[in-house]
Amino acid sequence: MQRIGVFVCHCGTNIAGTVDTKAVAEALGREQCVVFATDYTYMCSESGQNLIKDTIKNEKLTGVVVCSCSPRMHETTFRKAAASVGLNPYMVEIANIREQCSWIHKDKVEATEKAIILGRAAIAKVLLNTPLTAGESPVVKRALVIGGGIAGIQTALDIAEAGFEVDIVEKKPTIGGKMTQIDKTFPTLDCAACILTPKMVDCAQNEKIKIYSYSEVDSVSGFVGNFTVKIKRKARFVDETKCTGCGLCTEKCPMKNVPNEFNLGMDNRRAIYIPFAQAVPKVATIDPDHCNMLKNGKCGVCSKVCTAGAIDYKQTDTFVEEKYGAIVVATGFNPIDVSKYGEYAYDQSKDVITSLEFERLTNAAGPTSGTLLRPSDGKHPHTIVFVQCVGSRCTPERGKQYCSKICCMYTAKHAMLTREKYPDTEVYVFYIDVRTPGKNFDEFYRRAVEDYGVHYIKGAVGKVSPQADGTLDVQASDLIMNEQLHIKADLVVLAAAIEPDKSARPLATKLTASMDTNDFFTEAHPKLRPVESPTAGIFLSGVCQGPKDIPETVSQASACAAKVIGLLVKDKLTCNPCVAHSNEMMCNGCSQCANVCPYGAITYVEKEFRMPDRTTKVRRVASVNPAVCQGCGACTVTCPSGAMDLFGFSNNQIMAEVDAICK
Amino acid sequence: MKISYYPGCTLKNKARDLDRYARESAAVLGYEFEEIENWQCCGGAYTSSKDEIATKLPSVRALANGYKSTGRVVTVCSACYNVLAQTNHEFAVNPDFDMRVNNYLAPDFEYHGDGKVIHYLELLRDEIGFDELKKKVVKPLTGKKIAAYYGCLLLRPSTVLKFDDPENPEIMENLIRALGAEPVIYPMRNECCGGYITLEDTAQAQKRSGAVASSAKDMGADFMITACPLCMYNIKKHSGTGLEIKYFTEVLAEALGIENN
Amino acid sequence: MNADLKEQVLRISGSDVRKCMRCGKCSATCPSYDEMEYHPHHFVYLVERGDIERLMESESIYKCLTCFACVERCPRGVEPAKVVEAIRVEAVRRQGMNHMKADDIPAKLDDDMPGQALMTAMRKYSK
Repeated sequence: MQRIGVFVCHCGTNIAGTVDTKAVAEALGREQCVVFATDYTYMCSESGQNLIKDTIKNEKLTGVVVCSCSPRMHETTFRKAAASVGLNPYMVEIANIREQCSWIHKDKVEATEKAIILGRAAIAKVLLNTPLTAGESPVVKRALVIGGGIAGIQTALDIAEAGFEVDIVEKKPTIGGKMTQIDKTFPTLDCAACILTPKMVDCAQNEKIKIYSYSEVDSVSGFVGNFTVKIKRKARFVDETKCTGCGLCTEKCPMKNVPNEFNLGMDNRRAIYIPFAQAVPKVATIDPDHCNMLKNGKCGVCSKVCTAGAIDYKQTDTFVEEKYGAIVVATGFNPIDVSKYGEYAYDQSKDVITSLEFERLTNAAGPTSGTLLRPSDGKHPHTIVFVQCVGSRCTPERGKQYCSKICCMYTAKHAMLTREKYPDTEVYVFYIDVRTPGKNFDEFYRRAVEDYGVHYIKGAVGKVSPQADGTLDVQASDLIMNEQLHIKADLVVLAAAIEPDKSARPLATKLTASMDTNDFFTEAHPKLRPVESPTAGIFLSGVCQGPKDIPETVSQASACAAKVIGLLVKDKLTCNPCVAHSNEMMCNGCSQCANVCPYGAITYVEKEFRMPDRTTKVRRVASVNPAVCQGCGACTVTCPSGAMDLFGFSNNQIMAEVDAICK
Repeated sequence: MKISYYPGCTLKNKARDLDRYARESAAVLGYEFEEIENWQCCGGAYTSSKDEIATKLPSVRALANGYKSTGRVVTVCSACYNVLAQTNHEFAVNPDFDMRVNNYLAPDFEYHGDGKVIHYLELLRDEIGFDELKKKVVKPLTGKKIAAYYGCLLLRPSTVLKFDDPENPEIMENLIRALGAEPVIYPMRNECCGGYITLEDTAQAQKRSGAVASSAKDMGADFMITACPLCMYNIKKHSGTGLEIKYFTEVLAEALGIENN
Repeated sequence: MNADLKEQVLRISGSDVRKCMRCGKCSATCPSYDEMEYHPHHFVYLVERGDIERLMESESIYKCLTCFACVERCPRGVEPAKVVEAIRVEAVRRQGMNHMKADDIPAKLDDDMPGQALMTAMRKYSK
């Protein structure tokens, strides 16, 4: 005979404000097999939990129902409480009378009635609960970091520091990410390369860190603590183990007109190239789309001049399979394509550029070796106009809805550095707001205005018109003076919105990690769990989770590493025992369940069975790996014979809940 | 091929050339422009006020007639295109409008926006194709630098008209290339000439059309082409630049070898 | 603040004036800026505030060319030209408030002016 205890929580006024908890306890107390029912202000508090524990002992309860907030909040808490006094934790059921009742209804009579019904359903379920034991799975003590920008680098260094092995997978020929293209960083005006390259070198030299550059994640299977990842190592046509990075091949290669991605197409590189001087690894790569030898079988100059014999035209893509306990996503961002905003004439004039292009023009490793020159005629610009919020803060049809966060600061930086280096150049910034939330940020922007004389004008730019004389007419609002201004500019810089790297969405599918409509990875909780994905074992680092600047990225990267370390330091993880299992006598071997399982948890085995007529027959039946199964239930729905069922959420239990609700 | 044609009032009056050259060039290209029965003036401007129905009825009648005859309506005047296209779009987004209009027009007409409105330029681009057109050109306008003037009505609102890229269009430039000439890109080609303001404020019309024509002239244009009689008037009379302006149908007809009489 | 008038204007225009982020791009792009006392961003701002009378009394509503540049370029989809039109319509619908009367026209004509100019102006400026 079952003995069920019911505990109805007030949750302060969260529940009690809309639901008559006393009435609910009374009504549920009259249900079959309920030997104890009460209401209490805060069930999750220590005294609330003690109430449950004491009642289990005193009343010899066989099952517990807590009517409270969502199980996502405190199911673990109540299960622990039950387990501590000897009741199997899976004999505890939660009826959500907060998120599913008190928070969404206003009428107390209706809400109370609904709470009673929800409680009844939970009681019907717990009566059919069976005690379950959580299994264990081992943890592979190795982490994978996808993306080798500052976020990935910082996370990898921190994980390695704790003594764990880390692999970095980076799709470009070198690690470093966007920060390698930045000249100086706000608000300190540190040289980006100077602060980044030591970290890049650390990664290369660290015994615990392995860098897979020019590589991509091909497939991911498994689950937290036990991921199996296939990494595709793209063919460089250069043997990494032999190449010394001397660069001779890049000087001799006859294919000179390949647009240089590092300088955003503003100058050219050769078909064989090293992205920039501080590349890690410092190894040449041949671009198969532009190499004459690879395309037409003619040339071979690089192979001839290479003293290390590192060129290998026969190289193919290779695959590596590795096991990891945790995966970190650090795929970063790109500026959007601003061609869509034709009013700024980006496609019609070479002198309308994006901020990242401006960054390249002022960098010593850039197309003009750091002298700020107009891309069209190489002349010095005497009037520069910066346009803010291009593609940010729009309605969804017109652009990105979010604020890209970094543009106000980097524009102030660009404006300030320009005025410092070229005091004869007038600089205008047309802004809607100036957003400077970080430490020393507002002071930085004020210095641009007060010490360097940058003209900040409140109002947006409506149109940029390239004139016959090569200048640009910038038509803008001055909202403070109520004027429409026409500024004759030599260079116009657009602060383009940033968006997640295009590889992010396919990667999210491979990882079954969730993503929002802007392709930013979603965090488990926006305030309290910002570096973990809701998918166990996947962690987030950097702009892939949301726009942020370098200080925040580094903070988040270290936080992410801390979470990873917390996982890897465990030897075993407890599994969810609410897994699927197949009734072998009913299973007809149709494979439907294996087809729908998103985790690959179901395989088929040949087994010998004793038939009713005393013969034996070998039949093909489903077999569920309880360590991989996440208990989603898709197989139980698909199974045509009803052989597949879910522990803790069996078909009978669900029907019992439905019956209780419909009573 | 027959296609229902909505000329608009101005093409029967001050802009006869625009109409005539349109029909003659279309005939050479294999299209018979069949004028819609009993069409009425579109009004020149689309009233965006959500509660105005009566001003849109002439457009609806034209659309319904065109739909009944050939399934769609072609028009040549920018203003008529803008009014008809926006009116047609309203059926798709505003069921209240659909109901009211049909109440007004019953029992003579029933129309629910299933027809299509296309501009002659779209016909040239999408059905005839500029490559095919090029083959039919007998007197290419070689050496001519022509500035295409779109004005506002052909391009905006772009989400409704979907005529071309509203900031960087190329349909007329592609037409110019097909006719053997060199298109001139200038920043003011999608800015307003002043439009109806010319009636009461000549100074503003001069300012607007002056800015447009100067821009074209600065970029080296020999002359300008347009699809709108009002733009034609403003640029010719008020721009103060002396830049010549013609209807696009006139240069099209000329290139196709149609006699000018 | 005239709540009824504001409600009318919002209903006729179909515009959501709250979407405006006060960037001023509409006014930046308006070809009639220098001819107007109130600019497109003022129209949106004042309608939200319910301060519409002064807009109806201003010549600015007749200076709008309905070129839709502001509608096209507004990053927030506010459609200021429709707000201006709604206010113009409110003004012109009142008795004696036609901005252009048939009698005025002959004096403004010239031989080359296309009928389109008259039609459009009458549609915009009178009821």
